[in-house]
Amino acid sequence: MRFADSPVLAPTFPPWRSRFVVTLLAVAFGTLVGRAVYLQGWNRDFLQAKGESRYSRTLEIPGNRGRIFDRNGEALAVSTPVKSIWAIPEDVALSARELERLAQVLELPRDELRRRLGDTARDFVYLRRQVPPETADRVAALRLAGIHQSKEYRRYYPAGETMAHVLGFTDVDGAGQEGIELAFEAQLAGRAGSRRVIKDRLGRIVEDMEGEGAREARDGADVTLALDSRIQNLAYVELKRAVEANRAKGGGIVVVDATTGEVLALANLPSYNPNNRARLVGGQVRNRAVTDAFEPGSTLKPFTVALALDTGKVSPYTTIQVAPGSLTIGPATIRDAHPEKALTVEQVIQKSSNVGAAKIALGLAPEAMWELFDGIGFGAAPRLGFPGEAIGKVRPYKTWRPVEQATMSYGHGIAVSLVQLARAYTVFARDGDLVPLSLLRVDSPPAGKPVVSKHTAETVRHMLELAAQPGGTAPRARIMGYRVAGKTGTAHKQEHGGYAADKYHSSFVGLAPASRPRLVIAVMIDEPAAGQYYGGIVAAPVFAQVMAGSLRILGIAPDAPMKPIETAPPALEVRESV
Amino acid sequence: MTRLTLGLLAALAACALGLVTSQHHARKLFAELEREQARAKALEVEYGQLQLEQSTWAMHARVERLARERLRMRPPEPSRMQVLDTPPRAEVASR
Repeated sequence: MRFADSPVLAPTFPPWRSRFVVTLLAVAFGTLVGRAVYLQGWNRDFLQAKGESRYSRTLEIPGNRGRIFDRNGEALAVSTPVKSIWAIPEDVALSARELERLAQVLELPRDELRRRLGDTARDFVYLRRQVPPETADRVAALRLAGIHQSKEYRRYYPAGETMAHVLGFTDVDGAGQEGIELAFEAQLAGRAGSRRVIKDRLGRIVEDMEGEGAREARDGADVTLALDSRIQNLAYVELKRAVEANRAKGGGIVVVDATTGEVLALANLPSYNPNNRARLVGGQVRNRAVTDAFEPGSTLKPFTVALALDTGKVSPYTTIQVAPGSLTIGPATIRDAHPEKALTVEQVIQKSSNVGAAKIALGLAPEAMWELFDGIGFGAAPRLGFPGEAIGKVRPYKTWRPVEQATMSYGHGIAVSLVQLARAYTVFARDGDLVPLSLLRVDSPPAGKPVVSKHTAETVRHMLELAAQPGGTAPRARIMGYRVAGKTGTAHKQEHGGYAADKYHSSFVGLAPASRPRLVIAVMIDEPAAGQYYGGIVAAPVFAQVMAGSLRILGIAPDAPMKPIETAPPALEVRESV
Repeated sequence: MTRLTLGLLAALAACALGLVTSQHHARKLFAELEREQARAKALEVEYGQLQLEQSTWAMHARVERLARERLRMRPPEPSRMQVLDTPPRAEVASR
């Protein structure tokens, strides 16, 4: 008998029991397989994400804000890391001595610090934001519970008040608030990113995880401005000197490269220090040269004359009767400071005669005059990209009365910003075309928009040269070695809907070298109060200083003999009409 | 049959060890990369600070003040200046 057939081994229980067990096991296995398929198949992504979140960390990567450079690559605004000190008031238990030490390091009044830490209702308070890394290290060295630090960025402006209005500033969170910082926010702003990583027990990152939660950080792009910090500094210093010497309320200066339309310098007073804005008042922040429009006065006369020349109404030697030094149109009377009998068109510019300019203007069609103003960019934003650019005020020509047309010819009843005025003069610096201005460095010169003929531009330039010589209104605009051309402006300030008797805007706009103009500089002094208020005396010297320095900085060849300028006795200077 | 199984087992063990080593290696390299990237970032920050410092020291107003006060320099008198006519650029280039 074989072993298998032994009766001892014969089953002693019913066969269904074993079948039942087998079925049970099969079902159990089936369930496991089913569950496995379910977890691995349908629910995989969800579970994997859950799993990862148990051992992975999300790191924030800050996006640095771009830097701002001048045209020569000098840094004008740089963000650099600083620390902010914050606390969880509930976790803080400081002894009196520790509080004293902390207050000392943070340079905070002790009571203020105690008040902030006592506010246990909040679970997060900033003790001090944006402290230098050294201070943060000293705070860390105190080893206080509940006091923490986080990294932030702070923006520094090495040029300080010199460029405050152009550059503007950012708020404490790094977003642009004013000036270039606001205008080019989209380029400058970095985008913070994050990444998911696996860290080992020593806190080292061992693996980067792809997928959700990972966003690439993007640093902001650097911006290179058209500004030349050497010229900017010169312009600011000279403007400040003039504003202080004349006890003026403020002032502005714009330096434009006429060949490219680049703004090489733009300064305003009063200014402020962008690195320390604690005592800032609203008005200081305004970039007046761009945002404020004023009545420019006689600086507009050349445009009236240019139009008259261009339309063939007059020639430079046409005689205009200006006797007896006043002209009555309806209820208003236009006066000259120094009555003359007859002046040529050239002399109207040279001596800045209001009556002459008005008489020329009355021979022009209002529509043509309006088109000229429109052509030179008045009544439209100069599109520098600056926030709050003034568009000025040019009324539609259909509403002009003759007297208004006459006063507009010498810059009253019309308002422009200093930047618009500087830009308009590029018409005379170039061959009669208007160039778009740019705050950014320009690599290829843009095409200008023709306004007057080349011949007209040259003729007016010659007249402007006469105005900036003895016998003109601005002999103080002369500089050694270069021929300059320019026009003074002196205008009563508008106040409460009328003209203030003793408040003036003194201005000068000029270009040099006159033989081949390269730079246009516009200067405006607001309310000079030291006795002198004529543009030729208050503003022209600023022009001369800045122009001489800028031409030297740019290495532009002189076009006149290097002979020292002799100052004419004041009595011989021509006072312009106001 | 047994020999094949043993062979495969050995291969499996080798592969497993290889995987562990290469993973370790990868992590070490990654840590190094991290370190270098952090260093690059720190250097970038330092560069920014140095640029800032340079700009601050080289402020034109400061340079001018130092030149005037410490070095006693002043702009030349017009009478002592000599201006030379330079030939136009094109001519210089062709020489």
